[in-house]
Amino acid sequence: MDSAAGESSAADDYESLMSTTDAELLKRAWRNEKAAPEILKFDADLVQRSRQQIQLMEEMVDEFGKNGVDPLTVSLYQMDLDRTMFLLRSYLRTRLQKIEKYVFHIQKTAEVWNRLSRQEQKFARRCAGDIKHHLEQSVLTKLPDQYQSHLRQSAASEDDDMVPEPQLDAYVVCRSKRYLGAFQLDDGSEEPVNIEADDLYALPYKSIKPLVESKQIDLV
Amino acid sequence: MAAASEPHASAFSAAELEFLAEDEMVEIVPNLRMDPLNFISGDFGPFRPQIATQVPLWLAVALKKRGKCTIRAPEWMSVDKLAQVLESERDSEKFQPLPFHYVEISRLLFDHAREDIPDIYMVRSLIEDIKDVRFHKIGTGLEIISKERTYALRLKNLSAMEANIVRPFITRALETFYKLSSSEMIQDSDHMPNRQAQATNRGPRRQLKDR
Repeated sequence: MDSAAGESSAADDYESLMSTTDAELLKRAWRNEKAAPEILKFDADLVQRSRQQIQLMEEMVDEFGKNGVDPLTVSLYQMDLDRTMFLLRSYLRTRLQKIEKYVFHIQKTAEVWNRLSRQEQKFARRCAGDIKHHLEQSVLTKLPDQYQSHLRQSAASEDDDMVPEPQLDAYVVCRSKRYLGAFQLDDGSEEPVNIEADDLYALPYKSIKPLVESKQIDLV
Repeated sequence: MAAASEPHASAFSAAELEFLAEDEMVEIVPNLRMDPLNFISGDFGPFRPQIATQVPLWLAVALKKRGKCTIRAPEWMSVDKLAQVLESERDSEKFQPLPFHYVEISRLLFDHAREDIPDIYMVRSLIEDIKDVRFHKIGTGLEIISKERTYALRLKNLSAMEANIVRPFITRALETFYKLSSSEMIQDSDHMPNRQAQATNRGPRRQLKDR
C-alpha cells in the first residue's frame, strides 16, 4: 500500500531524529540490558546526563510549585520526570540484579569487571565478600578440608566450577534498524542468516554480541 | 554443571511493555490553551483549542483523564482497515503488518478514550479476532519447527506483546535444539553425506513465518 510506505519513511526519519535524544538512548539501553543474558557495558555518559536532566527538572518542578504555576502543567512535568526516573532506576536495578547473580564470575573476569561503573564495582566487591562469608560460615568450614573453597567443588577441580556464569547461548529476540545482509551464525556450520530491517529474529545471544555492542542490533 | 542459571523467563512484564508503548505518538485535539512543554522526553505543544497536535500516548491519556482533550483514533484503528487486516490475516500464512504496539495502544485507548473511537465495539471485536488469528498462527507455526537444525527464527511482523508472550517458549526450545544438535554434531562424524543431503533439502535457514 502506498500510504503505508509513505508513513513508514516519515516514521523512519522521525525515528532517526528521536533516537539521538537521551530519553530514547536511555530507553534503548534499558531494553538491551533487560533482555541480555549478561551484563552490558555501563553507559556512564548517558547516566550522567540523564541524572543532570532529572535534577534540573526536579528543580524546575519545585520552582513551579512555588510560583503557583497551573497544577496541570506541574503534574504533567512530574509525570515525565517519573517516567524518566523509572527508566534510569530500572536500568540500574537490572544491572544490580545481574551483578548479584554472577558476582564471582564478574569478579574474576577482567573484561566483564570493566563493564561496571565505579559504584557498581564497590557494590560487587561487598556483595562477593558477603556471600563468601555467608557460605563459609554456614557450610564450607564444616566440610572436609578439600571442599572448603566457595569457587571450586573440591581442591581437585581444575576450574572454578562452582561459579555460575551467564549463559551466552541463550536465545534473544532482536531487531535491526537496517539491513545487515548475510550474517554468519557462530557455529560456522550453518548457512548465514539474512537480517532484514525491522524484522524480529530469535538468535543466540553470543552470535550477535558484537552487533549489540556496536548498537547495530537492539534486543526486544 | 553448576552453571545451570536459567535465563529470565519473560524479559518484560506486561506493564513494562505498556510503558514502552506509551511513548508512541498519537494525535489529540486539545480544548485548552497551554504553552509548549519541554520534557526530558521531548518538546510538545503549544496547545491551542481545536488545533490538532501530536503527543506521546501517556501525555494524551493524562490530558484526556482531566478532560482537556479528545484523542483521535490512529489511522489503522478504523473498522475498514481492521476488517481488511483481519481478512488478509485469515487468508495468508504470513503476519500482516501492524503497528508494533497495536495491542497496548488499543488497550489504552479503549480504557481511556472510549468516546473518541468511532464504532468502538466493532473495532474492539475486530482487534480481538486479529489477535486470536495471529496467536493461532504462532501456535501452528511453532508446531512445525523442524526438530533438527533450527538455529534462528525470523518473526516478521510480530508485535511487541506477541513476541513477549512467546519469547520464553521460543528461547527455551531453540536453546534445547542448540544443545542437542551440537552434541549430535560431535558424535556424528561419519554421517557426513547424510547431513549434507538434509541441509540441501531444508533450503536456506528456516524462515518460519515467511513462505
